[in-house]
Amino acid sequence: MNNSPIDPHSVGIVETQHFTCCVPPDELHLKSGLTLGPITIAYETYGTLNDDKSNAILICHTLTSDAHAAGYHAGDKKPGWWDGMIGPGKAFDTNKYFFISPNVLGSCKGSTGPASINPVTGKPYGLSFPFVTIEDMVAAQRKLLDHLGIKKLFSVAGGSMGGLQALIWAVHYPECVHSAVLVATNYRHTAQQIALHEVGRQAIMSDPDWLNGEYYGKTIPARGLSLARMIGHITYMSDKSMDEKFGRKLIGKEKLGYDFSHDFEVENYLKYRASSFVQRFDANSYLYISKALDYFDLSEDGDLVSKFKKTQAHFLVISFTSDWLYPAYQSKDLVRALKANDLDVSDCEINSSYGHDAFLTEVESQSKLVTHFLNRLHREKFHGHR
Amino acid sequence: MDTAEPAKKVRFDHRVIASLLKPESRVLDLGCGDGDLLALLIKEKNVKGTGIEIDEQAIYKSMERGLTISHADIDSGLQDYSDKRFDYVILNESLQQVLNPETVILEALRVGKAAIVGIPNFCHVGARVQIFFQGQVPVTRELPYEWYNTPNLRFLSLRDFRRFCRERGITIEKEIGISNHEQTVPFLPNLFAHTGIYLLSKD
Repeated sequence: MNNSPIDPHSVGIVETQHFTCCVPPDELHLKSGLTLGPITIAYETYGTLNDDKSNAILICHTLTSDAHAAGYHAGDKKPGWWDGMIGPGKAFDTNKYFFISPNVLGSCKGSTGPASINPVTGKPYGLSFPFVTIEDMVAAQRKLLDHLGIKKLFSVAGGSMGGLQALIWAVHYPECVHSAVLVATNYRHTAQQIALHEVGRQAIMSDPDWLNGEYYGKTIPARGLSLARMIGHITYMSDKSMDEKFGRKLIGKEKLGYDFSHDFEVENYLKYRASSFVQRFDANSYLYISKALDYFDLSEDGDLVSKFKKTQAHFLVISFTSDWLYPAYQSKDLVRALKANDLDVSDCEINSSYGHDAFLTEVESQSKLVTHFLNRLHREKFHGHR
Repeated sequence: MDTAEPAKKVRFDHRVIASLLKPESRVLDLGCGDGDLLALLIKEKNVKGTGIEIDEQAIYKSMERGLTISHADIDSGLQDYSDKRFDYVILNESLQQVLNPETVILEALRVGKAAIVGIPNFCHVGARVQIFFQGQVPVTRELPYEWYNTPNLRFLSLRDFRRFCRERGITIEKEIGISNHEQTVPFLPNLFAHTGIYLLSKD
């Protein structure tokens, strides 16, 4: 893969756009009871919106990702985070559909978040940024779709945290969603998921450079954030995928050093990934978004089934055998609740050793499911038959 | 359906099952495999079909044909559905491989207004001959497995199945014996039919 514009399966060079809404006094009312405005949403689009605006698919991203899901930014060698899935002739086919990929509220990749300037004070929000939830992220996306004139999504798709957003779309805006593709996701954050996030948050907040979130313009809390990222990376892989990738391979030495410098390749890998991460992601955004994930519970009153009473969407639910961060049984529970509502739901647990990362790496098997699922709905909707 | 799909000879048991179904009905196919039967029922009877399948590769094939498929085994796949959600629940050539056939059939008749069950007849005359004259467990065209590699957990005859239904208050609305020569077997099906197809109901 290269960024040559003649690659027939790439959307080519793309640019991130920005949309601002919720300008006071029309602030967004957040789930916490607080309000936020103005709000800027960074987003990218791929493909062409048809005349009656019925071919739009919303792509939702993960904790630390961004609006750049496909194609290349000018000068970049690396494509967007779901480029294997989105493009001409790919599972999410830009020849057929129009894709909108927004950056979530609370992030630091162009949408309003704790690193943004608070127009009231002229300084970054820091911890004065109100808590945002997955529901709030989706409410902000709705504003973007209103702006684009899209009343109903042909589909909404996402993995991990993106799946939670897609789920909220189908539940809170049932009239706006024709179908949903939920990958490696669940319907409530469990104690283990919360615990893993909390270790990451504590790592950030115990970094002396964090300064209670007021580190902007000073030294960033790089040690804490990189530790959080290392923990994250471990949870995204599986026992097997780590062992296959690194084994006990040594780094830069022939034998064990018997000291605390890095001996193993896996140590070096984590350090490398973490150090590149702290350059591109804001520590406060990590705190806010991980908390938004932990607050997520569609079954908060203990009843999941009734949440889908008004939902009409067709569902595709995909999970992976080795994903221990969002285990397949959680997807199965979700599927059960969807079936109990007589909804049209297809689901598959893909055999993979890549852990949670599988939703980014298992392009071929995912592509089959997504392609066939969307093809059926496309035939039914646009050609009137299966 | 995908127009690119090559024409495939329709299996005789699938034809028989299709003949039992009312058009436009809601159908659940347990152990749907590549989706051959469901695709036929959608095409010819315009049913609204869902399949349950455990094999990942088979799921891809079924999805490709435009089917709604859930990844589950037959033993646990039914508990998710509400009562009488389907007009028909189909268990064709899969009952002999489930762990708890009794539970599965009763569950099928809970979520379905009717069930269609296809079973291989282990007491077909050919099998009886092998047992009697050769003194060995039969290996036939329909039951090609040896004792050490068979996926079948249950060995039953049409008569066994009738008795099972009678004892559990299950009504056999229709029994169709079929041979491997693509014919129905109205005469002594427990002896001459290779397969029995049943339309079942329960109050």
